[in-house]
Amino acid sequence: MAKVPVQFTLNGSEKAEFIESGTTLLHALRDKIGDTSPKGGCHQGTCGACSVIIDGELRLSCLTLAETCNGADVRTTAGLADGGVLHPLQRAFLDAFATQCGFCTPGMIMAAKALLDRKPNPSREDVVEALSGNICRCTGYEPIIQAVLTAARANSQNAA
Amino acid sequence: MSLVLQTFSSVKDANAALQASGTRYLGGGTLVVRAANEGDVSVSSLVRVTDPDLSQVAVSGDRAQLGASVTMAAIARHPELAALAPAARAVGGPAIRNMATVGGNLFAPAPYGDFAVALLALDATVAAEAGEMPIEAFLAGRDTSRAVVTAVGFSLPKPESFRFLKVSRIKPKGVSVLSIAAHLQHTADGTITSARIALGCMADRPMRAKTAEKALLGCRLTAEEIAPALSAVGEGISPITDPIASAWYRAEVLPVHLGRLLLA
Repeated sequence: MAKVPVQFTLNGSEKAEFIESGTTLLHALRDKIGDTSPKGGCHQGTCGACSVIIDGELRLSCLTLAETCNGADVRTTAGLADGGVLHPLQRAFLDAFATQCGFCTPGMIMAAKALLDRKPNPSREDVVEALSGNICRCTGYEPIIQAVLTAARANSQNAA
Repeated sequence: MSLVLQTFSSVKDANAALQASGTRYLGGGTLVVRAANEGDVSVSSLVRVTDPDLSQVAVSGDRAQLGASVTMAAIARHPELAALAPAARAVGGPAIRNMATVGGNLFAPAPYGDFAVALLALDATVAAEAGEMPIEAFLAGRDTSRAVVTAVGFSLPKPESFRFLKVSRIKPKGVSVLSIAAHLQHTADGTITSARIALGCMADRPMRAKTAEKALLGCRLTAEEIAPALSAVGEGISPITDPIASAWYRAEVLPVHLGRLLLA
C-alpha cells in the first residue's frame, strides 16, 4: 500500500515519517517514532492510557489518525522531564505513590497536565472530572488525585 | 489494518467519495476508528472534510446552528449554548469531548448518542448538501444515509424549559443506563402547554416518548398530575441490553428517572 507523509512536532522536535494511510497516531508514535510513553490499552477510547495533548487539547492517540496531525504540536509524557529533572506532575506521582503497575500513568499525567495548563489551581472536583476518562485498576484513584493536587500546589508556590 | 483516509476540502467531493462501498465519514474518530480498531472489516476507507464552515457555531436570536464538526467540548464551553452544556458534558471524558462531534453523535448507537437525545427533544433539523430534514426522520433513516451531515439547527430553549438527565453507574463519567431530554412549555400557573420528551437507550437510537408527551399536556409538574405520564412513558420502548444494564432494568427505572427529572 502506498505510504503517506506525516510531519508534526513531537515534544518540540520536528518529526517526519512515511506511514501507511489509516495508521493511528498511537501506532505511529510507538512503532515508527519510538515514543512508547502513550500506552495502547483498550484501543476503544475507554481507558485513556494513550492520552496525548494535540495543539493544547487532550486527545486519545488510539482514535486519532496520524495523517490528521500534519502540522500539529503533539505532546507526550516522554517530553515532560527537563533533562534529568522530572516535571512537577511526575515528581508528585512518584512521591504520592500514585503509580502501581504504571500502565495508566502516562495517560493520567497528560490528562492532569491538560487540566493544570488550563486551570493551575483546580479543586478536587476539577481533578476528578479531568481524570474521568482515564481508568486505573491498581490505585483506587485517591493517590492520583492527591498527586495532581500536590503538583498544582507546587506549581503555584513556584509561581508566587 | 488496511484503512485508507481520503481528505477533501469540500463536502461535495466527499459526498461523491462516500458512495463507494466500505467508505465511512471520519468526524472525531470516536466511532469509526474505534470500529476499525475493533476489527470491523466493513470499514476500508474513510473520508473527511477540512472545510472550516463545518466547525462553526452560529447563534442568532434564538436560533442556533452547529456545524457537524463542532465538538462536545466546544459546545460545553460556549457561553450562548449553556442550555445544552449538560448534554454535551454527558458525552465521554474530557479527551473524548475534545474529539466527538455533533455530526458523529447523530450516528452513535445506544448506549451512546446522549447529545442526539437532547437534539431530538429540541426538534432540531439536520442539514446535508441536499437540504434539511427533521431529526426524527434523519434518525429513522440514518443507517442508509450516504451524505455528509453538515450542520444541525434548532431554536435555543429557555433554560427553565429544557431539562436533561443522564443516568450512569460510574460518576462522573460512565456509559448511559438511560438519558432523557425534556422540552416543556408552560403557562404562568405552571400548566404544561407543550411537551417534547426524548429518550436514550430505550431503542437502538434516540426515540420520543409520544404517549407521555400527550399525557403531560394540561398538567402541572406535581407528583399526582404527572403520574399518568410516568405510567405511559414505557409505551413503545425496546431498551437495549448491554453490560451496563438489561432491557428489563432500563424499562423499570425509566419512569422513576423521568419523575425525578420532571419534579426537580
